[in-house]
Amino acid sequence: MIIQKQKPFEEILKSLEGEKTVFIFGCTECATTCKVGGEEEVAEMKKKLEEQGFEVSGTYILDTACLTGEVRKRGRQLKQQLDAADSVLVLACGTGVQTVGDTLDVIAHPGADSLFVGNVQRLGKYIEKCSACGQCILDETGGICPVTRCAKGLMNGPCGGYSKDGKCEVDPDQDCAWLLIYERLRERGKLDWMETIKDAKDQSITSAGSPRKLVWEHKKETNDK
Amino acid sequence: MSNFSEALQSGKFVVTGEIGPPKGINVDTMFEEAEHLRGKVSAINVTDIQSSVMRLSGLAVCIKLKEMGLEPVLQVVCRDRNRLALQSDLLGAAMWGIENVLCLTGDHVSLGDHKEAKGVFDLDSVTLLKAANTLASGKDMAGNELDGAPSFFTGAVVSPSSEPVEPQIIKMKAKVEAGAKFFQTQAVYDPKQMEDFMKKVEGLGVPVLAGIVLLKSAGMAKFMNANVAGVSVPDELIEEMASVGKKERKKKSVEIAARLITRMKDCCQGVHIMPLGWDSLVPDVLEQAGV
Repeated sequence: MIIQKQKPFEEILKSLEGEKTVFIFGCTECATTCKVGGEEEVAEMKKKLEEQGFEVSGTYILDTACLTGEVRKRGRQLKQQLDAADSVLVLACGTGVQTVGDTLDVIAHPGADSLFVGNVQRLGKYIEKCSACGQCILDETGGICPVTRCAKGLMNGPCGGYSKDGKCEVDPDQDCAWLLIYERLRERGKLDWMETIKDAKDQSITSAGSPRKLVWEHKKETNDK
Repeated sequence: MSNFSEALQSGKFVVTGEIGPPKGINVDTMFEEAEHLRGKVSAINVTDIQSSVMRLSGLAVCIKLKEMGLEPVLQVVCRDRNRLALQSDLLGAAMWGIENVLCLTGDHVSLGDHKEAKGVFDLDSVTLLKAANTLASGKDMAGNELDGAPSFFTGAVVSPSSEPVEPQIIKMKAKVEAGAKFFQTQAVYDPKQMEDFMKKVEGLGVPVLAGIVLLKSAGMAKFMNANVAGVSVPDELIEEMASVGKKERKKKSVEIAARLITRMKDCCQGVHIMPLGWDSLVPDVLEQAGV
């Protein structure tokens, strides 16, 4: 899930400066779980903006904001309300904001900051687990990601920076990821995995200079026909 | 072949020292400290932006040490440079005849004085060791031929007082496989712990130099216990430091360091002394320890 946090209202107001009429999109997925752009937050935002003298031409909770097809379809259905607005406030992740802006050719303001790809421990507690590095090694590390959970993203075991109670010197509240990996591999009788040298990561997979994309080969073939 | 590697091969007890570059270009004090080590140690480590606190380049200091006729150990950390810069600096060191290289991961930027900096960690200590030895084989990490291959004597660090110590030993094995020819340890204050550690790693067949950090005060010892991971100063030593007045501290520090060396010299191949500015005391430490 894309973990996100609603921007401070003052920042949202600043981004809407000079505009009179706004349309608000929310999203039923991550933005709802993170209480950024679900039914409740969209209604609340509408109320607050109206209190500030804005006119809200409409609201809609997309299912899902990062799906171009869904956004295009809703854009057609909501054309009148969208046309009446100076801009659109998107209470969803950065991908949602850009999907709305690009697909509907509107000024789309971000209403949230996207933070990380995370796990929901419970409502209100979200923890980063995956860096989308494109080279998953969880099978070799007992299912614990050192790329994300080690402060240095180390690939070959711990540094000397763990305390007696197993915490990372960078953050005393954080378990040393490599000690967790060590314990788990030891329990499973797989410590030899930790002894195998892992090569330096291929950074070109995540930072090749252009946005990452994935295109299914067979889809491409179908489209070509 | 470096004098340091020859000394280790000869099987005699080897001593290395350490200096830290300053923040700024007033280097007189640092080189005076190095002079105290002349003739007393086989080589002098030069730290690389130690504790993530921005300082003058360690490579520059190593070059100067060479000119002064002192043998440097270039410390290289992975925090500040990607694999392009690391390999480039290693070749630069080799051009100046610097062969001893200590490969470390490096402290996290959040522990230093430029907390907003990006921590690179493109390589880690293990892959850096591999990279240095790949360069020595005449190729770079991408497999391209070098026009002139360097020669390195690569080492690494290990933390014998870390608990649990097993993950340290697993990584130590990986470092040996990656090309570590010697180890210098984090500070050790418990000879028994060092002895136990050495029994566990003797099969690796790589020389280990026990780390000795000169204690400056009881407060410093307590600070290290609370803040430096993998360092544990026993209460008896803290009390011993506290038992003397400020004027007697240096004498006591020398006495403790010498005693630690005497007790550890049969279990390891040497010691790496980190005087933290008290380099002038190192000759006394070695004399009292009888090494």
